[in-house]
Amino acid sequence: MTRYIIRRLLWGLLLLVIVSALTFVLFRILPTADPAKLRAGRLQSPKIIAEIRHDLGLDKSLPEQFWVYMKGIFLHFNLGYSYYSNAPVKELIFNRLPATLSLVLGGAVIWFVAGLGVGIISARRAGSKLDRASMGTALVLVSAPEYWLGLLMLFFFASDIGKVHVFPGAGSYAGLTAEPSKWFTSLIMPWLVVAAGTAAIYARLIRSSLLETMGEDYIRTARAKGLSERRVVLRHGLRSAINPIVTVLGLDIAILLGGTVLVETVFDIPGIGRLNYIAITHSDYPIIQGTVLAASLFVVVANVVIDIVYAFLDPRVRYS
Amino acid sequence: MSAAEPLLRVEDLHVEFPTEDGVVHAVDGVSYEVDRGRTLGIVGESGSGKTVSSLTTLGLTRTQGARVSGRIVFEGKDLVALSEGELRAIRGNDIAMIFQDPLSSLHPFFKVGTQLIEAVRVHQDVSKQAARARAVELLGLVGIPDPGKRVDAYPHEFSGGMRQRAMIAMALANEPKLLIADEPTTALDVTVQAQILQLLQRLQGELGMAIVIITHDLGVVAQTADDIAVMYAGRIVERASTKRLFAGPEHPYTWGLLKSIPSLTGTRKEQLVPISGSPPSLINRPPGCHFHPRCPYSQPEHARIDPRLEPVTDDPSHRVACLLETSLRRRLWAELSDGNTPEQARASVGLPAPQEPVASAADAPGEMPEVGL
Repeated sequence: MTRYIIRRLLWGLLLLVIVSALTFVLFRILPTADPAKLRAGRLQSPKIIAEIRHDLGLDKSLPEQFWVYMKGIFLHFNLGYSYYSNAPVKELIFNRLPATLSLVLGGAVIWFVAGLGVGIISARRAGSKLDRASMGTALVLVSAPEYWLGLLMLFFFASDIGKVHVFPGAGSYAGLTAEPSKWFTSLIMPWLVVAAGTAAIYARLIRSSLLETMGEDYIRTARAKGLSERRVVLRHGLRSAINPIVTVLGLDIAILLGGTVLVETVFDIPGIGRLNYIAITHSDYPIIQGTVLAASLFVVVANVVIDIVYAFLDPRVRYS
Repeated sequence: MSAAEPLLRVEDLHVEFPTEDGVVHAVDGVSYEVDRGRTLGIVGESGSGKTVSSLTTLGLTRTQGARVSGRIVFEGKDLVALSEGELRAIRGNDIAMIFQDPLSSLHPFFKVGTQLIEAVRVHQDVSKQAARARAVELLGLVGIPDPGKRVDAYPHEFSGGMRQRAMIAMALANEPKLLIADEPTTALDVTVQAQILQLLQRLQGELGMAIVIITHDLGVVAQTADDIAVMYAGRIVERASTKRLFAGPEHPYTWGLLKSIPSLTGTRKEQLVPISGSPPSLINRPPGCHFHPRCPYSQPEHARIDPRLEPVTDDPSHRVACLLETSLRRRLWAELSDGNTPEQARASVGLPAPQEPVASAADAPGEMPEVGL
């Protein structure tokens, strides 16, 4: 098992290098704008731009630039410096991480619990009006774009511009350690928006997974033992039905940690997604590189974690 | 309750499943009794209703939307009329069941011991430690070596035979009065089959429970059952003591079953004769005798008249649902016993051939909807 994990992590490392190389090439071949020109500001002269280009290392060949970048990461864990603010990219990402973590993990709890509840009820009453109503609602939520849902929530419930002043609006985010209660209230709407579509998908996933499991022979055995239907469903049925969901959950969290750009932008939450968005508008390559790398890292790590969790969930799974 | 009252008495049981294609008549007026400590074998092809009738005994067809009528009297209580809660108190307690495929019937994610402990604790108010001790004892009882260690194994770490032993152990957790074994050996190797059957017999001797053993294999019930009921298309077509059924079977379907299994004692030239055609659709059953499309001895009126299960003239405990004359049947069986084919037997008793051809591929029956449980 340990050897398996080490092997997986080494492959993950290779993947990260490849992803970095691709991002590197992509943003230099298709630049959003010339970063040197952006940085030069109003006093643009070819000389100044050339100087800036030299300072940023942009006058070197692409492979050389990449080599310098990789060397920095591997030898000093240095992700470079923002073209725009000169701040170290590593620091920028770490500063933004708590907000994104708060948003995604809180959202994940909501979508998992809601999806589980609705999924189980729908599966137990498959074909009923309740089932059809909840699956219909799920379809609507899956189809609704996040930014639209976000704006809608702000329009109705934000304490500053809303029709009903319920929750703190955009830009009210505060750190968990700084102001815990404000952290919580300011995240309620973003959490709901992040969770809505995913909860709907999970409800459908859990419903179908549970329906399939309830047809298994061992469910019949559980009933033949004289167990209550509640115990049959929640212990024997759900135990199997939950497995495929865990895989999806791990990946969904990992992907969102890479940046919930839309929700962070709508609610003005200083997270990684927002950082990435600003970096792209400024052609701030080091930040783009850094956030993409972080996003890939989350996915690689999540995959390994899922494999480990899976071995615990399913005793038949053995890695070698 | 009088001493003569059987442990289980099924009276005119009907089980129907409404489906989109029509109503599936899975069980159609079945009656039988099982006495304490005795074994009844229910024999039939897949789709003959043998499994459904047993699942209905435990109320396990209720979740499938089955329509059940008739009576299933167990120790004086009609199980059909019981509430779900009352039935649950009986399931796994007074009546236990084991299933065909022990791998899919055990939960893959729980340890064998955990599943046994659960079975004990549903019906007995005992501590986890006590239940675990009982689980180890049960595994030992069904012949699993080193039960103290194997109790912590997962089902996939057991062989097929051991899994079925574990299933049996689980069924015995609360010392049931009746054990229903649904094709308990079908998924196992032949050598293991014999072991499991011997185990069931030994346990029956030790615990005194009654057993209903459901199988498509007459060989399985030949050694284990006291009485046999042969089912076809949701009905019992012949019922007799095991000895009697093998010595003098009365129904052409039973003959077919007997002639389609190889015998060590028969002459070498004796050929195996398969029953032609396939079981009928239980949605659109053939008119008259349900077996007539496949019966080599069927006569025109058999397509109109529905035979009833009636006692054979010289033995009231032997019942058969066949429209042929008793004397004619006996002569036919004598011919078949001598190794003749159904055609030869028919010719020598002077019976005309069936008018419509014996079921061919052209009139293949409709699909029997899968009744998943």
